Amino acid sequence: MSQASLERRRLSVAGNDEVGSYRVLRLSDPDGPPPTPGQFSMLTAVDRWGGGDDERPFLPRAFSVMRVRDGEAHYLLEDVGPGTNRLCELRTGDEVWVLGPLGQGFRDPRDDRRAVLAGGGVGIAPLAIWQDALLERGASHALLLGFRDGEHAIGANLLRCAQVATDDGALGHHGYVTELLASELDENPHAEVYACGPPLMLEAVRALCEERGVPAQLALESGMACGFGACFGCVAPLRDGSYLRVCVDGPVVDGALLAEVESHAGSPA
Amino acid sequence: MTTFCGIELAHPVINGSGTFDAIAARRAFGDALDEQFPFSAFVSKTITLRPRAGNPPPRLWEASAGLINSIGLPNKGLAGYLELDLPQLARLPVPLITNVMGSTAAEVIELVEAVGARDEVAAIELNVSCPNVETGLDIGADARSLGAFVRAIRPHALKPLIVKLTPNTADVAAVAEAAAAEGADAVSLINTLRAMALTSTGEAWLGGGAGGLSGPAVFAVALAQVTAVARRVDIPIVGMGGVRATKHAQELLSAGASLVAVGTESFRDPLAGARIAKGLRETPANRAEHTASGAATRQVA
Repeated sequence: MSQASLERRRLSVAGNDEVGSYRVLRLSDPDGPPPTPGQFSMLTAVDRWGGGDDERPFLPRAFSVMRVRDGEAHYLLEDVGPGTNRLCELRTGDEVWVLGPLGQGFRDPRDDRRAVLAGGGVGIAPLAIWQDALLERGASHALLLGFRDGEHAIGANLLRCAQVATDDGALGHHGYVTELLASELDENPHAEVYACGPPLMLEAVRALCEERGVPAQLALESGMACGFGACFGCVAPLRDGSYLRVCVDGPVVDGALLAEVESHAGSPA
Repeated sequence: MTTFCGIELAHPVINGSGTFDAIAARRAFGDALDEQFPFSAFVSKTITLRPRAGNPPPRLWEASAGLINSIGLPNKGLAGYLELDLPQLARLPVPLITNVMGSTAAEVIELVEAVGARDEVAAIELNVSCPNVETGLDIGADARSLGAFVRAIRPHALKPLIVKLTPNTADVAAVAEAAAAEGADAVSLINTLRAMALTSTGEAWLGGGAGGLSGPAVFAVALAQVTAVARRVDIPIVGMGGVRATKHAQELLSAGASLVAVGTESFRDPLAGARIAKGLRETPANRAEHTASGAATRQVA
């Protein structure tokens, strides 16, 4: 895994592009440590971080690195709270504190298995950089993405050759991405699944893979205060009753370790 | 250099217990953690006799200018700490303070005897924000119960004993005085303020029910409590609570603290401690400007 410097880096916004319901925040980061796909960074706007409604945001926010290209690091944003709201309104030339890359990313498929990438909503972000890596090495893979509606499904354009499902049927398969995944595993059972998305989707992926005996690497999401193991706030329960810290033990976790993916998407957002 | 309870420290900024995991940080940042270690001493998270998994999630809530946490003191227990964590913490370039907690004096005696016997440990911090098994009240909430607790424990601690006071009490200065009278070598304050947050349907948000508030929201409380304690005790004080910039550290030092601890701000910036220590080095004269309390004059002199 790639290692972060202890010092937060102060980076300039190279662009903040609207993509359907999302924004792609592009930070100029020519000298940053190259992230392992699945790793994340903690982002804080240099100006006006705090002082909003309820004096929030206060803590940095965790985002998977979506892509590294042409000296820029890309992050996928959806405006769902005071932190994401502030980041969404940043303009070219504004500055962001970045701590990262952090955590454990995706590992290569075992036993020559075929990589099957399954993403939901803003969770498509770490799959983009993983797909970039797979394409670069010419690795055969499948990409399945689910969104709630057509406006969100525009995000699929950020990746390549995706099979899309939408909850409302506006685009692609009318239903859940896990239905696409079940069909894919019917056809190609010798697979390793890489998934990121909302907790209910991840739990469905985990359960499906367990039933099929297919290994699954799940990129978990959690509210975090620090991102480097200091606060013990971002825990996920393991089968044995103990907890792992999503930030340092994850965010990518072997699905077999979890009894279930808990739906406690934490503050902050 | 700063001397605290006979321990030489490079500067007066340490971490608050439970706000920095040096072992995890070494995983995240590698050798840079040791090379750029932000604190002049490292305070461990709270160690209990038996292992604890901690509270069920969610454990965090971002409050107005602060954080409410309900972590539940996860730790490997005394044996796990001594065997697995201590050798790794001993590699840090700074003295080590081990924080312990127990719900009876007998438990704490076992902890301080075992921890104090280790050469790697420079001092022991006692977390008294723990319910007394008989009364249900926090041991540190009442001067008499805290005094009796420290009296029982002090002879068994082979290292300087810092009592980490709880702010959730009617008279923190009286509690500090009791700790000092029974032989505490120093006090540290403030711990988090008891707090809670609700879901949109009115239930407790945190898995542990209530939690503790920290961050900028509590700095003014910390300043008042450190000031009150400094007027009543002569032992060194570690001041903390909402320190996020050099000026807050200066104000706590002016109020009578010998050291300051950084906690929640390290979540936002892992080098916050180093940044604040650097600020103190570069602007020592400012300390004299903050003489808001009677205690301040003693510190400035």
